[in-house]
Amino acid sequence: MQRQTRLLMTAAGLALAASGALAEDSSDPITIPIHNWSSQIVMSNVVGQIFEAEGNSVEYVSTDSQAVYEAVRLGDATLELEVWEGAFGASFRAAVEKGGIVDVATHNAVTREDWWYPMWTKEACPGLPDWKALNDCAAKFATPETGTKGRFLGGPVDWLKHDQEKVDALGMNFAVVNAGSAAAIWAEIAAAEKTKTPIVVFNWTPNFAEAVWPGEFVEFPKWEEGCDKDPAVGPVPDKTYDCGNPANGYLKIAAWDGMAEKWPKAFATLQKVSFTNAQIAEMAKLVDVDGMEPEEAATTWLAANEAVWKTWIQ
Amino acid sequence: MTVVSLHPAPAAFDQRRTAQALLLLAALLTVGRNVLPEQLVRLPEAMVIPFAHWINAVFAFLRDDLGLMTLTRTFSDVVEFCLDVTANLLYGKARWPRVGPIPWVVIAATAATVGHALGGRRLSVLAGGTFVWIALMGQWQWAMETLSVIVVAAPFSVLLGLALGTLAWRFRAAEQILNPLLNIAQSLPHFAYMIPVVVFIGVGPKAGAIVTIIFSVPPMIRLTLLGLRSVPPEIIESGKMSGATRWQLMTRVRLPAARTELLIGVNQVIMQSLAMVVLASFIGMPGLGQKLLQLLQALKIGLSFEIGLTIVLLAILLDRMSKAWAHRQPVHHATDASWLKRHPHLAAWIVLTVFGFVLSALHPYFTEVERKQALSLAGPIDAGVDALLTVIAPVAEWLRWFLITWVLIPLRDAFLWLPTSAVLVFVAAIGWRVGGRRSALVCLSFAMPIALSGWWDRAMITVYMVTVSVVLAILIGVPLGLIAAAKPKRAERMLLLCDTMQTFPSFIYLIPVIMLFGVNDVAVIAAVVVFATVPILRYTIEGLRGVPPELVEAAEMSGASRGQMLRHVKLPLAVPTLLVGANQSIMFSLFMVIIAAFIGTQDLGQEMQRALSAADVGKGLVLGFAVAFIGLLADHILLTWSRDRVALLSSRSS
Repeated sequence: MQRQTRLLMTAAGLALAASGALAEDSSDPITIPIHNWSSQIVMSNVVGQIFEAEGNSVEYVSTDSQAVYEAVRLGDATLELEVWEGAFGASFRAAVEKGGIVDVATHNAVTREDWWYPMWTKEACPGLPDWKALNDCAAKFATPETGTKGRFLGGPVDWLKHDQEKVDALGMNFAVVNAGSAAAIWAEIAAAEKTKTPIVVFNWTPNFAEAVWPGEFVEFPKWEEGCDKDPAVGPVPDKTYDCGNPANGYLKIAAWDGMAEKWPKAFATLQKVSFTNAQIAEMAKLVDVDGMEPEEAATTWLAANEAVWKTWIQ
Repeated sequence: MTVVSLHPAPAAFDQRRTAQALLLLAALLTVGRNVLPEQLVRLPEAMVIPFAHWINAVFAFLRDDLGLMTLTRTFSDVVEFCLDVTANLLYGKARWPRVGPIPWVVIAATAATVGHALGGRRLSVLAGGTFVWIALMGQWQWAMETLSVIVVAAPFSVLLGLALGTLAWRFRAAEQILNPLLNIAQSLPHFAYMIPVVVFIGVGPKAGAIVTIIFSVPPMIRLTLLGLRSVPPEIIESGKMSGATRWQLMTRVRLPAARTELLIGVNQVIMQSLAMVVLASFIGMPGLGQKLLQLLQALKIGLSFEIGLTIVLLAILLDRMSKAWAHRQPVHHATDASWLKRHPHLAAWIVLTVFGFVLSALHPYFTEVERKQALSLAGPIDAGVDALLTVIAPVAEWLRWFLITWVLIPLRDAFLWLPTSAVLVFVAAIGWRVGGRRSALVCLSFAMPIALSGWWDRAMITVYMVTVSVVLAILIGVPLGLIAAAKPKRAERMLLLCDTMQTFPSFIYLIPVIMLFGVNDVAVIAAVVVFATVPILRYTIEGLRGVPPELVEAAEMSGASRGQMLRHVKLPLAVPTLLVGANQSIMFSLFMVIIAAFIGTQDLGQEMQRALSAADVGKGLVLGFAVAFIGLLADHILLTWSRDRVALLSSRSS
């Protein structure tokens, strides 16, 4: 571990020599918020350790993933490394409008969030991933609380996913039940796995679940711009939301607008940071499957991927 | 009193008559629902009062125009400074005084010495053992992060409680303002506090500390007031006679005389602080709670169970320690005793500490056990939970189907079907029955704002879930309590189990419950029942144990069978205590139903979760008040009833 740090220090020294033009960073710690899913925590530690290698001090603070935008806006947290278009786009845009938060960079990774099922579901409903085939086997997804309709387990209501609108627009024989947290969705999948019960839930990528339970997204009519607002767009002429979610949502990095001034070097690095889907899944896997601690996983990842991040600090 | 019970006074008779008339009216409104005018079924939109909007306006005014933000931020800076010091000492955060982290062997030895000083060998083993467990399980860093916040928050809370309690004792007006505030504060769900804290303080350890202070201060205020009130006047007299000034009278006479109550207050503060460990991590409290949520998110039940055990151990340890401190009598040594004789614990502590530092200098294992070297019970626990789930899965499957189709959905529909007017009249009827016109008005003043707030349907769903949970909790808890109370040893063991269940972080139940029942009301109610049974069980045992032995003996002499003894002697005498238990059970259920929003509910809790993520202070507080008012309504009815029973019993026995 110590050798690792020294290695980073040397790298940072070189970087420092190369970029003499920038003003010095403040000695105050950079506050990186962490949430309750592993890829974000590891990514925060990866970037944090890069900052430390550049000579900054870094602190991590756990926060709610929606409330964090208010914290970044006020400078209580310095940056946010995973701004998901689907999940946090609204909170992020609202914070940008109030001022105090800037859009720093966009990851190479694309995000997708939609109806999803684990592979064993396909045995009960072979026509998948087509949504019409899913609708035809709705009865296989029925539960006591949904009666004869199939159950779709959606995310918490505050994720604002418009699943009910989709069901109505496409005339599906499904009832939407909202889970209260991501953990509730995982618990349902884990329970279904034991008996190989068919299940269709809200899920997203990149995400640790992919590594644990292989599965696929349901293919709805393709997303077109305006499908959520203009009834004419999409296959059903008089309905909105008659389509799937965009299959390539953004994953952004946001920061407090004072960061560029207070920690110019770190900010310059942050502007170059970009991870791919594979890299993010790898980070999550180190923790969720290999059982490492996030800090340790970040160090491991940095050691294995020097070629990737070295270019960011030059 | 005797007269009243022998001949029911006209007042009591009227009370029953009016209550019956109101009940009849409620029944009529319900039966006639379909022909009722729309306004009596649900309050028209136009009459909904925008409380949330008003609260937000007040908060915006406080924040922007009065500059309260600078004040709160200054206060939080003070708290943050203290937090930095403890964080440095306990886990080596890079802050002044930069001497930490203290090696775990030293902290464990310190805890063991303090334990010995307070409560002898058993407490010493518990104290040392807890910290050794934490270190060996590789949870040192997390536990110290948690403790670094608690050791700051608890003293702040104690001081604040002392100050406010004294104020309330000194000035009647202060008490009159504080009392209703405390009532509401103690029944407001945790999440409702957190939203204003996020707005005024931000997120992070300091926000965690401040929310912990706010949550733990009410019992301290109450017990300070109680303690100061109960100081016998003779003691004050003798203080005055020896010429004490007012300040001396306070610090040397009144406060020491109220010592026991004050220390119970300290004990309550510590317990409440530990109860906040997991919830406060939603707004940035580091440590065990944060780790627990992360692990649950990845479904690592075994590992989160370990953390849960640590929290329980810490809670039991701190509880026993503060109680031992409360009961300890000052020791007086002979004046000619040597220093070592007078301070044996201090001497032992110095030796152990030096030894500990030497050990940690010799090998880093004694400074901190790394995660890789840690022991873990996660494997067996996971296997155990898995096996348990597999065994009960078929029963659970059937239970889920049965409860949903035949009990829960019909009940829920029925609760939602009831006209608002009928519910309000019903509430007034119950109020009238237990305490006459005054109680009826009190009950209505709790129920009306909920109707006016526009969250009626959601509140009814909350009420439905709490009702079902408490009924189930009584069905399980009372018989268990009866069995447990039969033998003193058994009762002791059951009470320890109650302590454990009560401090075990309830979030951990949520996952297995979902695995068994899925995301639905059965899962929610199962999780709530686990929690709501604890007070029922506890108070059943306490109530039965509190029955005077003379009465039992007298009944035995008159040849009562065991069943008769229970039905005619023990249970009637235990009823007031049982009612207090039911009251607590309702409070616990309300808190838990709100937390169960993480399973997935459609009640007030779900909206509260939304308000928290949108940092919407007004909405959060309105929802919080709605929950608090449901609790206070039940509290008023049950406590009035319980007091009546006590009065009735004492009037009969006199």
